[in-house]
Amino acid sequence: MALTRREFIKFTGLGLAASSMGMLGFGGSGVAQAAAVRPFKLTHATETRNTCTYCSVACGILIYSMGDRAKNALSNIIHIEGDPDHPVNRGTLCPKGSALLDIVHAPTRLKTPRYREPGGTEFKDVSWDFALDRIARLMKEDRDKHFIATNAAGTTVNRWTSTGMLAASASSSETAFLTWKVARSLGMVVFDNQARV
Amino acid sequence: MTNTWQDIRNANVVLVMGGNAAEAHPCGFKWVIEAKIENGAKLVVVDPRFTRTASVADYYAPIRPGTDIAFLSGVMRYLLEKDAIQHEYVRAYTNAGLIVKEGFDFQDGLFSGYNSETHSYDKSSWDYELDEQGFAKSDDSWQDPRCVINLLKRHVARYTPEMVSRITGTPQDKFLHICELFASTAAPDKAMTSLFALGWTQHTVGAQNIRAMAMIQLLLGNIGVAGGGMNALRGHSNIQGLTDVGLLSNQMPGYLTLPNDKETSFDEYMSTKLFKPLRPGQTSYWQNYRKFVVSLQKSLYGDAATQENNWAYDWLPKLDVPLYDIIRAFEMMNAGQMNGYICQGFNPLQAFPDRGKIRRGLSKLKFLVTMDPLDTETSRFWQDFGPQNPAKPAEIQTEVFQLPTTCFAEENGSLVNSARWLQWHWKAAEAPGEAMSDIWIMSGIFHRLRELYRKEGGAFPDPILNVSWKYTDPVAPDPEELAKDMNGRALVDITDPATGVTTKAGTLLDAFAQLRDDGTTAAGCWIFTGSFTEKGNQMARRDATDPREQGIAPNWAWAWPANRRILYNRASANLEGKAWNPKKPVIEWNGTRWVGIDVPDYGPTVKPSDGVGPFIMNAEGMGRLFARNLMAEGPFPEHYEPMESPVENVLHPKVNANPVARVFADDRSAFGNAKDFPYVATTYRLTEHFHFWTKHALINAILQPEEFVEIGEVLAKEKGIEQGGWVKVSSKRGEVVCKAYVTKRIKPLIVDGKPAHVIGVPLHWGFTGQARKGYGANTLTPSVGDANTQTPEFKAFLVNVEKTSAPVAA
Amino acid sequence: MSDLQSQDYVRRSASTMTPPVARSHEDQVAKLIDVSRCIGCKACQSACMEWNDLRPEIGHFEGSYENPMDLGPSVWTLMKFAEYENEQGNLEWLIRKDGCMHCEDPGCLKACPAPGAIVQYANGIVDFISDKCIGCGYCVKGCPFDVPRISKKDHKSYKCTLCSDRVSVGLEPACVKACPTGAIMFGSKSDMTHWAGERIEDLKSRGFENAGLYDPKEVGGTHVMYVLHHADKPSLYSGLPDKPRISPVVEAWKGIIKPLAVAGIAFAAIAGFFHWITVGPNEITEEDEEEAARALRGEREPDPEEKS
Repeated sequence: MALTRREFIKFTGLGLAASSMGMLGFGGSGVAQAAAVRPFKLTHATETRNTCTYCSVACGILIYSMGDRAKNALSNIIHIEGDPDHPVNRGTLCPKGSALLDIVHAPTRLKTPRYREPGGTEFKDVSWDFALDRIARLMKEDRDKHFIATNAAGTTVNRWTSTGMLAASASSSETAFLTWKVARSLGMVVFDNQARV
Repeated sequence: MTNTWQDIRNANVVLVMGGNAAEAHPCGFKWVIEAKIENGAKLVVVDPRFTRTASVADYYAPIRPGTDIAFLSGVMRYLLEKDAIQHEYVRAYTNAGLIVKEGFDFQDGLFSGYNSETHSYDKSSWDYELDEQGFAKSDDSWQDPRCVINLLKRHVARYTPEMVSRITGTPQDKFLHICELFASTAAPDKAMTSLFALGWTQHTVGAQNIRAMAMIQLLLGNIGVAGGGMNALRGHSNIQGLTDVGLLSNQMPGYLTLPNDKETSFDEYMSTKLFKPLRPGQTSYWQNYRKFVVSLQKSLYGDAATQENNWAYDWLPKLDVPLYDIIRAFEMMNAGQMNGYICQGFNPLQAFPDRGKIRRGLSKLKFLVTMDPLDTETSRFWQDFGPQNPAKPAEIQTEVFQLPTTCFAEENGSLVNSARWLQWHWKAAEAPGEAMSDIWIMSGIFHRLRELYRKEGGAFPDPILNVSWKYTDPVAPDPEELAKDMNGRALVDITDPATGVTTKAGTLLDAFAQLRDDGTTAAGCWIFTGSFTEKGNQMARRDATDPREQGIAPNWAWAWPANRRILYNRASANLEGKAWNPKKPVIEWNGTRWVGIDVPDYGPTVKPSDGVGPFIMNAEGMGRLFARNLMAEGPFPEHYEPMESPVENVLHPKVNANPVARVFADDRSAFGNAKDFPYVATTYRLTEHFHFWTKHALINAILQPEEFVEIGEVLAKEKGIEQGGWVKVSSKRGEVVCKAYVTKRIKPLIVDGKPAHVIGVPLHWGFTGQARKGYGANTLTPSVGDANTQTPEFKAFLVNVEKTSAPVAA
Repeated sequence: MSDLQSQDYVRRSASTMTPPVARSHEDQVAKLIDVSRCIGCKACQSACMEWNDLRPEIGHFEGSYENPMDLGPSVWTLMKFAEYENEQGNLEWLIRKDGCMHCEDPGCLKACPAPGAIVQYANGIVDFISDKCIGCGYCVKGCPFDVPRISKKDHKSYKCTLCSDRVSVGLEPACVKACPTGAIMFGSKSDMTHWAGERIEDLKSRGFENAGLYDPKEVGGTHVMYVLHHADKPSLYSGLPDKPRISPVVEAWKGIIKPLAVAGIAFAAIAGFFHWITVGPNEITEEDEEEAARALRGEREPDPEEKS
């Protein structure tokens, strides 16, 4: 039995990278047109399977990046379109999904940790170590001071209410599980996600 | 969603009410169009605005925001009066015939047991009469006046078409036409699907809106069948997953509840969870609760969770209030009771009600940490951006950390979609600059804290020191390892007593049926068990084969629970186990077992003649027309006006709004009245944007560049507002100055004899990103939530609108 | 990229060209836009911008969901919204994706004086070849659907290419692929016409008696077609022409200029026409005809940038 495209890519995010022009059915008038029309920009781009980051239809997407993952090529995402194999979106994307490229490369993507001191009028770039050390220190100070080990009735309650957390709505379930472990081991109860808004 | 996105194609009637699927979920909406074209389906849209969904509807009716329960109760009255229900289904699969306790009553807008001082109910009368064995009494002939169906008839009798129209503003003829369309799906082989979203949840009566529709679907026999169901179209790519994994104040992974102060021991906690069957021979799946909790604790704490320490029960924090939800959190912040706040991929300054209160709350924090790929408004709440964010940085003492994270394209992992599918995705490129994954950042904070507690000691360090962290790279655990943690594994060799098959220690488990309560299994999220087994990552499966093209695709990715695609699918077949709709069977009894295109939501070899109800997560095994004590407001839905409403409740003026809504005093004082704020406002998304993210994406900023509100032609004329002209929209809490879209798509509704005008407020605008600066809809919205979930009432509140001139800087 | 193999296009602006006969078996393509299943989500606009690397300026809200407010050199397709109250008093929101219709008999190509700046491929796609474009704007005048737009930056004319780069490698255009509800379909013209027939039947069964296909014969049919619920009144859909026609001036001037262009002496006329056509009105008047005749007599200077 011939291996279908879907089976072939069953367990890998990488699709058929670098599909040749021949495989794409480049024939008929196409050869000549290619001399006139804009060159097809994905010919040797690397294709990676992913899921749209917006709503919960969870459309399958194909991310095309420049470079073939060779050691010396730094992948750069150049185009994103719908995954035709996906049973729900079948290759389609909405106006948000069709523009995912512009969120990946948004000029307001953050690139360095930044810190604003009390009363400060601007952010300044800081190192990861500075940021995480300081955050851990602030959290510990607050937890040690305000942790509630027992309630008025003397029952063990082990909760921390003076620092809270909002968890993401587009992070992976794996991130969510790790976040849950961390937050609950600290006794955090002011803990919520974006399900309601 | 009970069903899948593609399953919508099997519907005969598609109802979009409490949502706007075409605009918020365009690619899922294709299956509505498919249902119309391939299945001859009728699309019905009920919405205050004529939306883009309405533009392709077969039938549209307007409704006043916040009156859905009146509409839906009127539908129930119609169905019961015309006897347009699926009799066999209702009789066997719902609690219609169970008998309710004598003390249960409803008078003048209140159910029995109301305490006006605590604004809450003693719910002891909201239950069934039990017999000597502890089983619910029933009357299959429905003669007993106290059986559920008769109490329901009595309850909805007040919702005549006249009353429905008087409350909702929906013209009677349109209402009745929609009732007829609904009724057509009472036929056993016909189905209606209900597609809804935040249009139903974001009300003080949100959960009851959904219950009302679920009751209609039960009466019509539309739950569990192909093309039916209650389909909550969730808003964000993994908000289903975040909820599944329990990232809510009162939750643990897999919908296990966090203990409260009253549950002083593990046994006491468990005593309220192991629901005993309420009908003879019934399966009550939550009887396995203990296995799930013990396996979770073993996953979290490994060897440190032992029988002796009650599986580390004391290490779980206990709740003293029902919820530490966002509204309570910002109340606490404003009261100076909170010092630190971490926002992971979340932008509360834009997303939470009463923006002014949010800004004041953040200003009182000692520290704020934001983790996000984008430059969010929240991370810059302290900066002055003019009228859109007036702030005095010098007066704000909050330390702010803005941490750059990876986005979807730069990580591996799984997301759970609306249809409960866990789908794996792969990294395509490195993140820009120094951006790091949330996993790396959370691990970094955790390791630093653990190290500090190791060195210095401090408040109750035990759980922190004992968290199991056996990852190959502890600094940034591999998502696959975390996925395996959630799936679960055997901790010792375990043998299934039924089959004699032994699962070796360390082996990944195939199903949650293998979980045990003796500490020999670990699973971080029992509903995900089966998602990552010894056969590999099931979430990465990509076989799109779809038997009969019925929209199941059982081998594409993996769905919880147990790869089941349609919940309650036992109800797709009749009492003998044959499909109600022979053209679209889901599962059927073949004489020895349940077979079909989906995994049975039922014991696979339980005979139809055994009489086990199809709703095995409910102790009575039946779909509930009467919710017992599970809802805050009562076992039946009742129409209560929104907290801010232009009219009084004509059914019971003394109980105008939800009597059990939790309202903080300062929030109550920020409610406006109809004299000062005469118009009903509702907030929503536009299809060109996703929340507050896509204004950072250039293409989306081009497609919809600037803040506006939608105003009907009649009101615009009355107020002298021109097309595209500037207006000031104000509530008791703040004002928005923006442009007006004067439209024919919003018309005044006649409510209790008077016109009610609706103003539409799209929510996408803020002061960072590429679109033009805006105030944000939450400048206007009230800080009050649903009485069960505390979901804020964004969909119905009061505003005023006036014509104004263009701002100088605009 | 001027080394086109002539047998692959059937029309070429300002050139005498006999369509090649050897390759006569190629299917013509068509894009079918079914407005009855369009939800106006603008996925087509978004996908078009993304694929074609177009980013027009961020505009303002101007009293409509439409944005940008018009087609442009970087806006090759645009959703247009019309709120229409029908005879029964019910509201219909008529939403139409606007853009190049890829006419079988393209007015733009006919009007174009620059040899080879506009071509039509054997599959029916009408494409602008930028390096040949002189920015004269005749195509704008020649288009019965008011589609091409001249860039102020490089003075070249732009419009939808029907993603000729995608079609040439066997893919559907970007807008077609993205469309969430299948309101935009792509295939052979005969398949699309057949599918349109099924859609029209369905619409008639839902009470749209005048449902029909928009494939106007006045321009020889189009390679972008619409299924309309109100095919009797195309203009309800934000001014889709009831009866599109190529300006008679273009038809007239084309008849005169063609031999001159071939002789390589037409550039005075071209430049004059350029001035007239970019400032002139849309309505064809007698004055226009006179102006055209005057231009054709060569009363203006040749464009120094133009080469033969």
